[in-house]
Amino acid sequence: MKYIDEYRDPQLALKLLEEIRRKTARHWSIMEICGGQTHSIIRNGIDQLLPDTIELVHGPGCPVCVTPLESIERALAIAAREEVIFTSFGDMLRVPGNARDLFMVRSAGGDVRIVFSPLDALQIARDNPSKEVVFFAVGFETTAPANAMVVWQAAREGIENFSVLVSQVMVPPAMRAILSSPENRVQGFLAAGHVCAVMGYEEYEPIAREFQVPIVPTGFEPVDLLAGILKTIELLEEGKSGVVNRYGRVVSREGNPLAREIIMKVFEVTDRQWRGLGPIPGSGLGLRREFASFDAEKRFQVTNICAQESPLCMSGRVLQGMLKPDGCPAFAKECTPEHPLGATMVSSEGACAAYYNYHLTP
Amino acid sequence: MTIVQTCPAPIMQHETVQMAHGAGGRLSQALMQRVFMPHLHNSFLDLLDDQAKLDLPSGRIAFTTDTYVVSPIFFPGGNIGELAVNGTVNDLAVGGAKPLYLSAGFVLEEGFSLAELEVIVKSMAEAAHRAGVMMVTGDTKVVGKGQCDRIFINTSGIGVIREGVNLSCRNLKAGDSIILSGTVGDHGMAIMTSRTGLSFQSRITSDCGALNGMISAMLDAVPFTIHAMRDPTRGGVAATLNELAQSSSVGIEIHETTIPVKPDVRGACELLGIDPLHVANEGKLVVAVAAGDAGKVLEVMRNFDHGRDAVIIGSVVDDHPGMVVMRTVYGSRRIIDLPLGEQLPRIC
Amino acid sequence: MCLAIPGKLLELTIENGLKMGTIDVNGSKTRACLEYVPDIKVGQYTIVHAGFALKIIDEEEAAESLKLWQELIESGAFQPDEELPSAESL
Repeated sequence: MKYIDEYRDPQLALKLLEEIRRKTARHWSIMEICGGQTHSIIRNGIDQLLPDTIELVHGPGCPVCVTPLESIERALAIAAREEVIFTSFGDMLRVPGNARDLFMVRSAGGDVRIVFSPLDALQIARDNPSKEVVFFAVGFETTAPANAMVVWQAAREGIENFSVLVSQVMVPPAMRAILSSPENRVQGFLAAGHVCAVMGYEEYEPIAREFQVPIVPTGFEPVDLLAGILKTIELLEEGKSGVVNRYGRVVSREGNPLAREIIMKVFEVTDRQWRGLGPIPGSGLGLRREFASFDAEKRFQVTNICAQESPLCMSGRVLQGMLKPDGCPAFAKECTPEHPLGATMVSSEGACAAYYNYHLTP
Repeated sequence: MTIVQTCPAPIMQHETVQMAHGAGGRLSQALMQRVFMPHLHNSFLDLLDDQAKLDLPSGRIAFTTDTYVVSPIFFPGGNIGELAVNGTVNDLAVGGAKPLYLSAGFVLEEGFSLAELEVIVKSMAEAAHRAGVMMVTGDTKVVGKGQCDRIFINTSGIGVIREGVNLSCRNLKAGDSIILSGTVGDHGMAIMTSRTGLSFQSRITSDCGALNGMISAMLDAVPFTIHAMRDPTRGGVAATLNELAQSSSVGIEIHETTIPVKPDVRGACELLGIDPLHVANEGKLVVAVAAGDAGKVLEVMRNFDHGRDAVIIGSVVDDHPGMVVMRTVYGSRRIIDLPLGEQLPRIC
Repeated sequence: MCLAIPGKLLELTIENGLKMGTIDVNGSKTRACLEYVPDIKVGQYTIVHAGFALKIIDEEEAAESLKLWQELIESGAFQPDEELPSAESL
């Protein structure tokens, strides 16, 4: 597969590992922001291959993990309504609310459908004019262009039986929150390559300056990840901060200006609650007033639904890199992929689930 | 002039399944004569008895049942009927049995197309013929519109186990070689990419097929040191290997580089974020065999279409009992866990 | 987050007023919205996420960085720590 196989080349990966070993003199904690990167690291056992002095901290970059319980409960309430066809990416179906998930709503008679693209949800709305079609618009900046376009298009076509439940989050404010914490241990970041494909990396430059950290936009294949780690280590060892791109075939400094433009036409920056992390100012996107008629929360009057997270779950500390998943007392006991307490155990790329599935306990 | 008043005769020629087709009356009989018998008739079914009376050779009997509810019912590479025959034939064969007789129970949804039913029945007859088994008894019920999804089929099967052969998922021994008969994920991805709602086109075809011919030849060549066989259906090769490791309390180590995956299946799996090892197969075989005889078994398997790509993917080890571990191309290791329920396409 | 897969554009279409395209990923094909990569040409590679093409892959950059890495391999007396597993060695 072009642009995949070259970046899985074992020879190249082992050479990069050798370089990393050669360059690493001290102990470093590096956070990979994106859950997709966590998944690839664990799946390929990259953490086992790195020198012991490099610790990879798994970041909060997984919409399944950080979508607040409140949004999940609202989704469940809307999906259970008789007139609604509730559409979602497959990822969200197993995310537990307080007592149930979307699968359970479906088995109780709710019409819950998996879509691959938000545009598939819009097609369902065109095909079912007598139904209310709701799309669960979750995601980071990578998914924002798709979620923005579906609202834009619905407005353009005047499709009135369509609305979106928005739970859209952004990386840079979360990075600031992590770096500002007095307990922070993260010394360098692998920035999420596909977020940067959309947003570019200009917005990371002030963060690198302010907190004196290296930030390296990085891809997802083993060779990409190792190249990103190598660059981060080089910068750390040299005492340098700044943003250096290691995913050049996909990421440029300005990102995708067209996508950024539509995102900001449809959405505006809002404060946002993160599951496990709590509220982070300016870390979310909400629909602009011009598109308020497509807001499912308002259409179905679910804004009064609130929810409390399990007190046993320590996913917040996991998401901030303060705790390894297997350091949580509930890990693999009260909390498993079959009975997840927190969302980091739900998503296959949530740090806890990735540990549970792929990690070889010594 | 006389007027003869007659009651209108009931319509006997239908295009779709009616409730009366399952009521045991004339319409039931018509369905039997028009759709089922032309394709399935044989010396047992022709008697139209409520049961088949079978003469069985001596030896241990293997008996199995499975119910098929696949959607869509027609998919690239097969249909629900073919699947129902091959699946039950394979369940018998992997136990070391020669499959002989099958039953079929149909649950039909009111309104289901009789033409489609006939296509399904015809392919069941062909699949049975290919596998060398007879369909000796059956049943049909009709349920109201919306009470099932067009057609569900249950098949049960009887086979006779070869003398001296003892295949069981509890028999794995450290040192055994693990053989996989071919590419993984074909059936599951054929189904997933042919479901409506996903914006996909692919030419992935199901591997749906009967394995009893190949298995029989394998047991002819190596009757005693094949320790276990499984067809890795739902849950894929990952689930099968885990079941074997757990049942035998041994570890299994497999090597990432050796797992065969067709290019388009791999592409679809990458796009949907699904691990091919978790995807269902319907014509594949996982074999545990004493290492010394692995070469001989491979040679036999490669003579068959269903085993042309057969390959050793790993071995049984003393370490980590109950667990399946994969050596990656980079030399690291990871646990291959049981997949969690339904495979969902993911964006993250 | 954000599974995005590289694929090659096979054909362009317009659906409901949106630029769409068929993207080939190793023989499987998916439909993607091309509104964010309006300059893409048939035969070019793009990364696809949630049914949207997000970026045209910079083929020149990719070739260059691979070449640099290849030089890195050739520069050092590179010896992997252990033999890579292969089908034959099992």
